[in-house]
Amino acid sequence: MQLNGCRSFRSMLGSPDLSLANNAYLGIPSRRWDANAWKRQSSSAEQLPVLMSLFGGEMSLLRSPLQPPSPGFSFDLTERNAVLGRLLEGSPPPRPVKTGTTISGMVFRDGVVLGADTRATSGDIVADKMCAKIHRISANMYCCGAGTAADTQKTTDLLASNLALFSLNSQRAPRVLMAASILQDTLYRYGGQIGAHLILGGVDYSGNHLYTVGPYGSVNKLPFVSMGSGSMAALGILEDRYKPDMEVEEAKVLVRDSVQAGIMGDLGSGSNVDLCVITARTVDYIRPYQESQYTNGRDRKYKYPRGTTALLSEKVVPLRVELVTEAVQRMETH
Amino acid sequence: MAAAATMMFGQEQMVSSNNDMAPDWTSKEVSTGTTIMAVEYDGGVVVGADSRTTTGAYIANRVTDKLTPIHDRIFCCRSGSAADTQAIADMVTYQLGFHSIELDELPKVETAANLFKASCYRYREELTAGIIVAGWDKRRGGQVYSVPIGGMCVRQQVSIGGSGSSYIYGFMDANYKPGMTKEQCMELVTNAVSLAMERDGSSGGVVRLAAISESGVERRVVLGGQLPKFFTN
Repeated sequence: MQLNGCRSFRSMLGSPDLSLANNAYLGIPSRRWDANAWKRQSSSAEQLPVLMSLFGGEMSLLRSPLQPPSPGFSFDLTERNAVLGRLLEGSPPPRPVKTGTTISGMVFRDGVVLGADTRATSGDIVADKMCAKIHRISANMYCCGAGTAADTQKTTDLLASNLALFSLNSQRAPRVLMAASILQDTLYRYGGQIGAHLILGGVDYSGNHLYTVGPYGSVNKLPFVSMGSGSMAALGILEDRYKPDMEVEEAKVLVRDSVQAGIMGDLGSGSNVDLCVITARTVDYIRPYQESQYTNGRDRKYKYPRGTTALLSEKVVPLRVELVTEAVQRMETH
Repeated sequence: MAAAATMMFGQEQMVSSNNDMAPDWTSKEVSTGTTIMAVEYDGGVVVGADSRTTTGAYIANRVTDKLTPIHDRIFCCRSGSAADTQAIADMVTYQLGFHSIELDELPKVETAANLFKASCYRYREELTAGIIVAGWDKRRGGQVYSVPIGGMCVRQQVSIGGSGSSYIYGFMDANYKPGMTKEQCMELVTNAVSLAMERDGSSGGVVRLAAISESGVERRVVLGGQLPKFFTN
């Protein structure tokens, strides 16, 4: 991507300039992440400081602690990944935790029902059997997230805190449309690099609303939706049985059935079904609504009673703290 | 068929590798592979579009509304990347709304078209957006401006866009005549978009129409069963 002195479209919207960050680092073309970038060679002389920084924590990766971090994405950790790759030598690198997922939602007479499975996968392993994919945005809004687990969690957290601040500042409950717009703006600015496929549902004074937001920042407002790897299975159920203005129990069953279709038909989805029923008056977060029929219970108890480990001796050394100075600073309180 | 300039690619890559269990289309950008159309008549314009939004081979939204109001009497038809066109349309809506308040009158359609052109041309390397701006203003009546990928801006009496438009250039050339009434334009647009939907895999769903004139905006939807039927080979 050319720079030519003119900033990119996304940075004009006030944001990290991805093309700058990308071009500066190894000339990777903008918006294209090379999965093999971590394999690139770096000299052995660089290994030691990078290795030390591994143990020294993330801050030490900055060129100097006095220098403010540059805006935009930082690809510093790819050096660390390259070193780790050589250490692991041959075995594949750890992959980001993705929620191969089935999430769905629908609008019914009195509000919105959201549903999700609870499996989080890391490659072929189930990383979390009881992952919570329905995130609270505000009292009247919840958001299901599919895609990269870290991205959905952070994006929804950020949205929740911004909306809470807005609520406090304006003395108003936020509208679902506002949340969808904020999500859209944020995700668009990062050009698809944030792998968050979201279903946002809620009830506000203007009615019951359901939106999907894609990782590139596209928004669709629909009466029923599904996202994630199991979305096609779920959508089949919804397309077949959805009717406008359904009653709450029927809607819950329909959403459960749609998520169940994803659990059975998609390898990336499984375990339990969580539901969240949002109406103007109440929110019913049912976790789990349905438990997996395929888990076997634990064979033994892993809790050890007090006294299992024998106490042989005890020595108490009091830490003597010397009071050097004491200063009182008054706080201005009105 | 990736030859036409108006075809959308949307083959963006993401962090996830293709070995994942997730289907291919989760890593593709959402595109409105589309058919959009706008026609001028004496007293206003008629705009029309299909309703399909795709991510790769999957239809993310089968009832999309690609006819986006920019101002009271100005609409835009969006084709290309869904995210890019939504972002541009939001920006232009803001800019035009601000301008109209300052002016204290309805903005010109030409102004809206220039605002689209300004963004689409300046950021042409990063955007995938093919837009048709259409509306009514009191100085020049109904106008249609085409702002395709690349960011040029040209006024036309009839304009088609999107991946499905390739299939209806002949139909449009043969059937459009200047001096048609509003109903004739509605019928022309319905027929044209239906024909394109029949042939283009990236277009489908329902046909959305809007007629914009001095008196207001009349919106219509032609549902699947009511679409005009043509000879199916």
